[in-house]
Amino acid sequence: MDILSLFVVIPVLTITAILFLKDMKQVRVVSAIGMGVQLVLAAVLIYMYLTARHSGNTDEMLFVKDYIWYKSLNIHYAIGVDGISVAMIGLTSIVVIAGIFASWEVEYLRREFFISLILLATGVFGFFISIDLFTMFLFYELAVIPMYLLIGIWGTGPKEYSAMKLTLMLMGGSALLLLGLLGIYFNSAPGGGQLTFNILEISKITIPIAAQRIFFPLTFVGFGVLGALFPFHTWSPDGHASAPTAVSMLHAGVLMKLGGYGAFRVAIFLMPEAAKELSWIFIILTATSVVYGAFGAIVQKDLKYINAYSSVSHCGLVLFAILMMNKTAMNGAVLQMISHGLMTALFFALIGMIYGRTHTRLISEMGGLMKVIPFLSVCYVIAGLASLGLPGLSGFVAEMTIFVGAFQHPEPFYRGVTILAVSSIVITAVYILRVVAILLLGPTTNDHFTHLPDAKWYEKISVVTLIGAVAAIGLAPLWLSNMIGISLQPIVTKILAITPF
Amino acid sequence: MSLENFLIMRQELLMVAVVLILLMAEIFISQENRKHISTFSVVLFSLVTIAGFFPSPSGSLFGGMYIASGTTTIMKNVLNIGILLVIIQSITWLRKIENSEKVSEYYILLISTAIGMNYMISAGHFLMFYIGIELATIPVAALAAFDRMKNKSAEAGIKLILSSAFSSGILLYGLSIIYGTTGTLYFSEVSKLFTSNSLQTLGFIFFFSGMAFKISIVPFHLWTADVYEGSPINITSYLSVISKGAAVFVLVIILFTVFTAIVKTWQSTIYVVSVLTMTVANLFAIRQQNLKRFLAFSSISQAGYILLGVIGGNELGMASIIYYILVYVFSNLGAFGVVTAISNQSGKENMDDYNGLYHTNPKLSLIMTLALFSLAGIPPVAGFFGKFFLFTAAAQKGFYLLVLIAVLNTIISLFYYLLVVKAMFINKSDSPIEKFRSDFPTRLALGICIAGLVITGFASVIFDAIRNLSFGI
Repeated sequence: MDILSLFVVIPVLTITAILFLKDMKQVRVVSAIGMGVQLVLAAVLIYMYLTARHSGNTDEMLFVKDYIWYKSLNIHYAIGVDGISVAMIGLTSIVVIAGIFASWEVEYLRREFFISLILLATGVFGFFISIDLFTMFLFYELAVIPMYLLIGIWGTGPKEYSAMKLTLMLMGGSALLLLGLLGIYFNSAPGGGQLTFNILEISKITIPIAAQRIFFPLTFVGFGVLGALFPFHTWSPDGHASAPTAVSMLHAGVLMKLGGYGAFRVAIFLMPEAAKELSWIFIILTATSVVYGAFGAIVQKDLKYINAYSSVSHCGLVLFAILMMNKTAMNGAVLQMISHGLMTALFFALIGMIYGRTHTRLISEMGGLMKVIPFLSVCYVIAGLASLGLPGLSGFVAEMTIFVGAFQHPEPFYRGVTILAVSSIVITAVYILRVVAILLLGPTTNDHFTHLPDAKWYEKISVVTLIGAVAAIGLAPLWLSNMIGISLQPIVTKILAITPF
Repeated sequence: MSLENFLIMRQELLMVAVVLILLMAEIFISQENRKHISTFSVVLFSLVTIAGFFPSPSGSLFGGMYIASGTTTIMKNVLNIGILLVIIQSITWLRKIENSEKVSEYYILLISTAIGMNYMISAGHFLMFYIGIELATIPVAALAAFDRMKNKSAEAGIKLILSSAFSSGILLYGLSIIYGTTGTLYFSEVSKLFTSNSLQTLGFIFFFSGMAFKISIVPFHLWTADVYEGSPINITSYLSVISKGAAVFVLVIILFTVFTAIVKTWQSTIYVVSVLTMTVANLFAIRQQNLKRFLAFSSISQAGYILLGVIGGNELGMASIIYYILVYVFSNLGAFGVVTAISNQSGKENMDDYNGLYHTNPKLSLIMTLALFSLAGIPPVAGFFGKFFLFTAAAQKGFYLLVLIAVLNTIISLFYYLLVVKAMFINKSDSPIEKFRSDFPTRLALGICIAGLVITGFASVIFDAIRNLSFGI
């Protein structure tokens, strides 16, 4: 058994173990153990990856394993990781374990809840290790479908509507994606020969530009739906607002990153010519996401909606940076994915914990929580500062890199849009500080809130893990951005071959 | 008839033997042993199914009227698996007091239709094909009217026989035009003499319309929902899986071998009806409350997806169709199996009745969910792979727009499949279906379905084996 397949096997084993448990109390313990092992494994993987790189291994992907699956269509179970996927796997395992602890007190259908949650994680891990488009697509769909049950059963508010909307929109995205993948597959051997789904092999050839013009938009939009690309972002606020805490965390923290990662790894990496040609359309859309999401967050009254719109804005920034197609911006995009993943998971965890105490998420009904629940409030402030890009926390590093990279683009149009997108930082500060002021500071408005208990031990684990990671990236970003940077080299070389600048 | 000839035709002959044995048993068996007829039939038919998997010679009989090849054998095997599952699923229902007098008739009629299907798949001549298709249809009408105390069942029988007589008429008219213009009914000779002149194209259109009735393709689908709703559930599942599957197989073989001269014509025909079938059936399915009608419309839309495998005329298309029908057997019979089990237990068939089913019958709900996910094409169940291959087959020939319409349709279908999932898992109910334990045959059939759903997808050997036996134009 190779180390990468373990990332799929361990969740599956955990699910099997949960199925056979008699005592419901143990379900969460087993889940935590399983995902804890996964976290350790991720740490081991990062270590192994760095050692391999230090010892001079310059392969594009490491730990590659390739098993033929459907021989007649040349479908493989092919896995491998580069710095970007390793970073994403690390992010996922942190968010998942935080999510498990954040949902420690789920009572209703506890077994089913943890199974669905871990199933979702299985899909995400599988997606990040795949280098075969078919396997990747399979894991992608596997990650989306448990969301329906998770939101529909354990959600709040108009949960059935939100769950259905989210599932159908994401599946709609994957429908476009399927078409895009088929297009790539049938153009993967333009000179004749064996067709392939393998990303590394396809990246060596040039897909005919006529085909790229059709299939790049399909693939990009297909992934973009998951990455909350305007105007396909509407599932996100509703879905996040209705989802239970851990699901919001996983979804905004990890699942939305599948969109950014896929758009980068498949759409741009395999079809850079069309990406270059058509990027202006998507730059407009993503810049709209960035600015519109930020403005949307200002007017929201519900904490989850605020954070959902802020996710639209931040994830839009990821796609925006990818489309700039230079090394710095792409490096920033990956950093932003990780930073936003941790930060937004932290936000949603805290919102869930606050909601669990106050039973309301409307900021107008709350106030002065800093005095009552100081631990959670301080953490909320930290998350907010990370979100608005305070130096020393992860958000600053990511956004700084993105905007520096984006401004390197030689064309005035792209620079202009970048300036527009930078304005989102200011808007972010407005909605974050506004919430902090109303929610945490000031007098305690509601007498019911004066005796609220502060965080319990499992909540502290969940929150501290995430804050630790956010701070670690903020304080020592270089090892991470170096790890990403090396892995960006193949695609950068490919782009430079088309347009040297 | 030498042993060699027997081996070529062994699946049909074995089935005839089973029918005869059951007939004899019906006459000579004592009253108390009567209850063992079901078990006996299951054993006999399992033997037939297993016998189909042994390697056998290919060849033709009766001067080319009957052709057996690897392709026809695997098609028959797929159907046999489905028939076996239907037979197992029927046991509980046949144990009911009102059916106890006619158990062996049920099996005789059912297996007769299977014989007809096998002959039509193996036909090398339009007459043989026609005889097969009639033998495959008429007994089903008797079966549809099997619940003779129910008006709806009798109505379903009449509707089925009338519409199939009508479609046979159209089909025969088409065949007569083909005969009139070519002077032969042998597939091999017709294909040589067929051209794209308008009379022959008309003959093809009539032929295709007749087949469209059998597969219930829009706009020839109007009989489907009523017949499916009125028939006993096991017959509904039989009609929606086996009859449809057999008709699709024949259509593929004939289109790929006989009408090769007018590929463009039938491709554009199929393009149109495929889009219509998927879209119309999906839109109608959204509004259904009765689960039998619901599954009826869902199975019409499935026919639309299956046509995506036909349209390319490629070998990948044929492989994906055979594979998809196999998956479809497991998924649809899984869904129908749950509906049957609940209907047998409580008589309830409406979607509202399923509210809160997960809290009382978690296993049945999970099986239903997996089966519906497979129909919708969601991993990790086999339907995902089946749909993927169908779409790949169409995309291989450049029908990207059709694939786009199809994938958008799968989103609509996902919506209504999720409605059932929502009813079972999310909706609350004051009077949910009570907790019950199904009897052994039901559990066995559902177990096979679930195993099939998981294994067929991940075990790539199945698809690769089918692919080796398929052919294109």
